[in-house]
Parts: sequence; C-alpha cells; structure tokens
Amino acid sequence: MKKITKEEIIRVAELARIDMPETEAVATADEVSSILSFVDILQSVDTEGVKPTSQVTALSDVWREDLVVSCDVPQAELLANAPMLEAGYVKVKKVL
Amino acid sequence: MVSLEYLTIESAHELLSSKKVSCVELTSYYLTRIKNLDSKIGAVLTVLEESALHLAQEVDEKIASGQTIGMLEGIPYTAKDMFLTRGVRTTAASKILDNFIAPYSATAIEKLNKAGSILIAKVNQDEFAHGGSTENSAYQITKNPFNTEYVPGGSSGGSAAAVAADFGIFSLGTDTGGSIRQPAAYCGVTGLKPSYGLVSRYGVVSMASSFDCIGPITRTASDSTIVLEAIYGRDKMDSTTIDVELPPSDSVKLEGLNVGLASGFTDHPSITEAKEFLQKSKYTTVDIELPNSEMALAAYYVLVPSEISSNLERYDGVRYGMYSATAKDLKQSYTMTRSEFLGPEVKRRILTGTYALSAGYYDAYYKKAMQIRTLVSQQFDALFQTCDFILTPTTEQPAFKLGAKSDPVEMYKTDILTVSANLAGLPAISIPAGIDSQTGLPIGLQIIGRLGEDAKVLALAQDFQAQTDWHNKVKECLI
Repeated sequence: MKKITKEEIIRVAELARIDMPETEAVATADEVSSILSFVDILQSVDTEGVKPTSQVTALSDVWREDLVVSCDVPQAELLANAPMLEAGYVKVKKVL
Repeated sequence: MVSLEYLTIESAHELLSSKKVSCVELTSYYLTRIKNLDSKIGAVLTVLEESALHLAQEVDEKIASGQTIGMLEGIPYTAKDMFLTRGVRTTAASKILDNFIAPYSATAIEKLNKAGSILIAKVNQDEFAHGGSTENSAYQITKNPFNTEYVPGGSSGGSAAAVAADFGIFSLGTDTGGSIRQPAAYCGVTGLKPSYGLVSRYGVVSMASSFDCIGPITRTASDSTIVLEAIYGRDKMDSTTIDVELPPSDSVKLEGLNVGLASGFTDHPSITEAKEFLQKSKYTTVDIELPNSEMALAAYYVLVPSEISSNLERYDGVRYGMYSATAKDLKQSYTMTRSEFLGPEVKRRILTGTYALSAGYYDAYYKKAMQIRTLVSQQFDALFQTCDFILTPTTEQPAFKLGAKSDPVEMYKTDILTVSANLAGLPAISIPAGIDSQTGLPIGLQIIGRLGEDAKVLALAQDFQAQTDWHNKVKECLI
C-alpha cells in the first residue's frame, strides 16, 4: 500500500494553498494514501511505448482572428463579484 | 382540466399549441410542485419564479396572437447549478461561490433561451460535481423520489431527482465520469452524455476539462434528442467543440445493426431485459469483452483529480467568490479562503491531484494514466469494428441508502461502468430498464456508441422505449 507521510501531505497542501494543521495531517495523509493505493493497479500494466492521451477530439491549434469584440456586460457588473475593488481595479492584499 | 403530470416535451408542446393549457398554467404547475414537495426531496437550490412567469406570459401572448411556437418554446426546465445564468446566483453547490452572481450565461443556457425554453430553477449537485450521491453538496442533501431513504445518485442528482419528481420537464446536467447517467439510472429517467466536444462548455463550471460533457436528463430518449439538437454545435467560445452535423434521429437506419453485449453481465436485469428486446427486433448481437473497467476507473481517478487540482486554482478569493478578510498578505488570503470555503471531498481531490502532478510522481501517476487512457480508447476502437453499440448496466447496483458510502473510494467505485466512455470521449445514454425486486428502485441500461454517433445511440434508445414501458415507471414514484 502506498503510504504518504505527514510531511509529504503538508508539503502538497502548501503547494495547493490549503491549510493543513498538524492535527489533521495524519488523517488526511491516510485518506489520500487509500486513494493512491486504489489507483496503484495501473502500475501492473506494461505501457512501454504507448503514446499518452491528453485529449480525445484530435483537434489541435484551434485559431481565431485576434479581434477586439464588444462586451455587452457593463464593467461594473463584471467586477461586482470581486471582494475588493479600487478605482475600477481588483484589489488584493499585499504580496510581501 | 387536462392532466399535467409527467409531460414530455412533445406532449407539453401539443397542449400549448392547441391552447388546451396556457404557458403560465404549465409553468405555475411546476413552481407549485417545487413549493409543496421539494421539502421532501431537496432538489432545488434557487427558484426563478418571477422571470419564469414573465417568460411564460410572453409565450402565451405569442400563441394568442396566432403565431406558431417552436418545440422547446414555453417548456419549463431546470439546470444543475454548474451552469452560469446571468444575474442569477450560481454556486456549483460550493460555499466558495455562495455569493456568486453570474455576469453571463452558459452557451447551452443561451441556446435554450433562444429556443424559448423557460428556466424555472437551479438544482443541487455534489460540490463542483465531485461525488456520486449529491451528499457532497455544501447546501443540502437531495433524496431519491422513488424512496427518500436512498440517494438520487450524483453528481447531477438534483437534475435527475427534479425530472423524476416532476419539477420541470427536463434538466441540464454535466457528466465527467457518469454524473448524468448514474443519477438518471438511480432515479428512473433518461440521461445522455454526448460525444466529448459536441456541446459547448462555455459558461459551465469546469471540473476536468478533458472529460467534462454536458447533456440533458429527460423522461424519454425522444426528449433527449430534442434538447441535444437545440444545444449542440461548434462554439467559438469553446475551442474544444467539434464540427459535427447530427443527422435527424428518424433518418437513422437501425436494421441489421450489431449490438455488443458485455460479458460478465448476462444475468444483470438490465441486460436480460435488453436481450429480450433485441431478440424481438431487427438487431444482431455479439458477445464482447469490455476494456478492463477497474483499470479505466483507476486511470480516471488519477487524471480527473489532476485536472481538478489545476482547474480549481482559480478559486482564490480575488476576482469572485467568498474570501477570507482577516488574512495578512496575499498568500495567506489564498490559503485561508480555500481552506474555509472548499468542502472535504473537493480538498481531497485537489490534494490527490497536486500530489500526482508533483515533481517525482508525474511519470508514475499522470503519464501512466494518460497511457492507459490510450489503451482504453484503442480497445473501444477495436470493439467498434465488430459492433455498432455496446450495452452494459449503467451501474452494478441500484441506488444505495443515504450515508451508506462514507468511504470516498467506495463512492468512486459506483462509477465503474460509466467512466470508460468518458476516457474515450464516447456518447453514452442511460435508460430505465427494470425495477429492482428487493428495493423497488429503478435499474438503468447503458448504451455506448462510436464517437460522433450520438444520433444512433439516441435512435436505439428510442426504439427500446417504443417497445418497453420502464421509462414510464417514474410516474409511480412515491412523491
């Protein structure tokens, strides 16, 4: 069985920007471990030389004209969902 | 007074056109049912009473002035809360979108608006479509209208339950690994996952972009055809849409088509029923071996969490959605927002996906699963050399009891017969094909077809429903 350590789950949670208190880390690591054990069966298949599939439509490089198009939604409505605004801009907390 | 119970699109259209029922009466019938009965089912998140009645009145005025109306005009429907609807709250059943008012509508919703259909409610689902029972909604649990101790399935459980409970004539759902077909099977209704890329996903909350499909949940395959014909087609706003012209379903010739019956399910009631239908009809059958379902499911549960971890990065509390006000800086604001407002299954999938994509594990998980995806597609290609359709049960078992699958992996396993079609992008439909003798719950039959041959799949499903009565059992459900 694939076993993820407490340290690994804390590192992955940090990458995903999800808080992982020490008290929950072991239980969460166990849950993710059981999912990874469930998919471990994949390792038993020989895939040497098999091309990976990332999409199924066979479409590639779908181009469109680079045009300015009008938007029928007013700016105020588009920005209305942002929690913090200033002078028509989306505002964020300080970066550093 | 004409009975309005369990109308199909065609029968409702006939009632409206012949002025036997007004559109306001029809729309009010569903709004009243939702008001009186949804406390038992929990299917509905937002009711659009005012706009629905306003649109209904416009349809009535058009009919009164002697104009003819289109097939979908004045037809009340519901949509899973994954669909953006301009000016209306759209949550994906997540607390992180609790306050989100969509500034535009999904292409599918726009197309139905143009056809004159009337959106009456946004319905429940598993949060971000992560689940198979609609128990993972951050708002409420939806129950199966056949027996409220059981789940309706998921993730489009609100849609399937709403169609089964007669809260609207049809519903729009989304299907990443079975989320239209599995709840349709559990609720005794018809659910279509179209070919990947056939229906635009513009304005639909993303889950796993190389899998997500949107489609109708209806009472009949004939209604599914009507809805699909209205919503499919190339969309410049979704570059993954394919340029396919569907032939009219009545032009599809079914004589002599070969139906593949998956081995291992010969005793399943859905297959027994299908065999009886096939023997009486013009089809030939062949026994086939499905691509390894356990392998397909494992590949799915690597690829989908990986795509989820990437797609759900956007919920950071900056441009829209809930945010945590007390954070000191931007990084802490991301972390606090996501931790506070995303649900446990969503976090589990994000963590699993992040792990699978992280340095050192990419080849063992993500790349390996993409290679298995190739093998599954190749196996389907080979099978479709010998047959035109593949029949399987939609699910191994009928609906399970509320709370019965608290272990995530046990929940994942309910998708085992549906995910393969998503890995290969194939069209697949679930139609009612029996009632379980022990529980009295519906049983679904799945028909899978070749990529782009959605019309053929629908034609076979229509033929099955012309000769059987299982799709009408929903009229006897408890509610």
